[in-house]
Amino acid sequence: MKLLVCIKQVPDMESRFRVNAAGTWYDETDLAWRMNEYDEYAVEQAVQLKEQLGDAPEITVLSIGPDRVVEALKKALAMGCDRAVHIQDPAAALKDPWQIASIIAAYAQDQNFDLVLAGMQSQDRGSAQVGVMVAEQLGIACTTTLVGFSYDNGTITAKRELEGGLKGVVKVRTPALVTCQLGLNTPRYPTLPNIMKAKKKEVVSIPVADLLREKELTATASAYPPAKKGGGIVLEGDLGAMADRLIGILKEKTAVVR
Amino acid sequence: MKALLICEYREGALLAASYELVAFAEKLGAERAMVLIGDENAAPRVDARVYLADVKKYGEYNPELHKKIVLQAVERENPDCIVFAHSSYGWDLAPRVAAALKAGQISEIVGITDGEFEVGLCNAKLRRTVSSKSDRVVLTIQVGAFTAGESAGVPQVEKLDLSDSASLLEFAGYEPAEKKDVDLTRSEIIVSAGRGVGKKDNVPVIAALAKALGGDLGASRPVVDAGWVEHSHQVGTTGQTVSPKLYVACGISGAIQHLAGMKKSDFIVAINKDKDAPIGEIADVLVVADVLQFVPLVTAKLG
Repeated sequence: MKLLVCIKQVPDMESRFRVNAAGTWYDETDLAWRMNEYDEYAVEQAVQLKEQLGDAPEITVLSIGPDRVVEALKKALAMGCDRAVHIQDPAAALKDPWQIASIIAAYAQDQNFDLVLAGMQSQDRGSAQVGVMVAEQLGIACTTTLVGFSYDNGTITAKRELEGGLKGVVKVRTPALVTCQLGLNTPRYPTLPNIMKAKKKEVVSIPVADLLREKELTATASAYPPAKKGGGIVLEGDLGAMADRLIGILKEKTAVVR
Repeated sequence: MKALLICEYREGALLAASYELVAFAEKLGAERAMVLIGDENAAPRVDARVYLADVKKYGEYNPELHKKIVLQAVERENPDCIVFAHSSYGWDLAPRVAAALKAGQISEIVGITDGEFEVGLCNAKLRRTVSSKSDRVVLTIQVGAFTAGESAGVPQVEKLDLSDSASLLEFAGYEPAEKKDVDLTRSEIIVSAGRGVGKKDNVPVIAALAKALGGDLGASRPVVDAGWVEHSHQVGTTGQTVSPKLYVACGISGAIQHLAGMKKSDFIVAINKDKDAPIGEIADVLVVADVLQFVPLVTAKLG
């Protein structure tokens, strides 16, 4: 059995973001990078499936981007993936979801992956398109937004998270692609021995030009900070004074605090 | 400009988000036609052509078949844009339609500026406008971003059927939400804990403020996923949508999904050490402070 996990490296979302000089994306200087949170669930689910099947499956983890994304790939290897593929593309951030999906599909076609796992969206772009578009381009079944996953003899039983806490149960035969929602499992922390072991695992590099066949279908016209809502009061400074002020405002402006 | 609007239908009923698609098309100044995979009795009350496919044949969730039905409607209507709600149904189906048409897709639109579509970037900490490079475009709109008005129109129903309804997916039914130990939709005051509270041991600090105000404890998604607070307390699109008289967001930066669940609150207080956090955009009062230092002070003064 062959598994493919698609991951993205994204900035720490607690960062303060600025627009880049060209006004087309966020400025990458001074940002700390990590594996997209949704993708950690995809890596963990792949490793759990490998454990369930007695180490038989081979897990390939793939990422597109500049050299820094190798750090995210190494984390996935330390979590238990077997080999990594780095598709080298310094300009990945500006490619649209259709192009990113087409690059992954170009890599994966003819390799007969039984199961492809991806996060349901990235934390920076948040388009929730790439996974589904990869499945469409590969012509395999797909379901999204998983908060439950079980596998038995070629059939996946997936629980999809719907709105308001409701879940939908879907059965699908492999080959298939699934996208993972937060809370699907508990992603493991790589242990030191596994980090050491990961150093010996293969990382294949492929220039993006070898796989890019599609033009972009959408483009960012401009990026900018959100407009501030006028009228909001901002309190700063001494904690005690702010507490008194806040209680005063609540008594004056709301009917529920007296 | 013509828009094809894809309705949502779940557990035997048309979802209200379907009417938000109509509001979006109006804002776009587009003619509209609609698609519903549902029951004829549930057709939206909108003056529009509604392509109806029988939910008994095609299921409430089967994106492979629903894709084919949408593509049939696209062939008949030749729309410029195909619009979905950005929901568990819409984000699952829209990219399939976009891929089949080789059309660009723009996800989770929050506004229209000079004919370009505005979306969030980095959890709404930044925004960007996106333009389409293809003749046709697939759009998903943020739920709650385009307010639906009263609707009392009369749909002209046209039925669609598929000649081949084979599918790789089998929908096996719904699993109900966990039983709630609190119904936040009825709360007048909600005090919510976010990632900024740091760890589970600090949640009682927030709960104490909720108690001192006579309100209920809410939480953002990361706090629930981390197991600090039970799911029934979760506010946001995958939790509860609330509109209390007072909402106090403690250490919540304001991800889109959370804002969508609470922005209709009458009065919003945000306590956050980051002055630029997106929650500040909708807060009536933003207190720039560490929640763990500030919240106990307020609780003590109220007591």
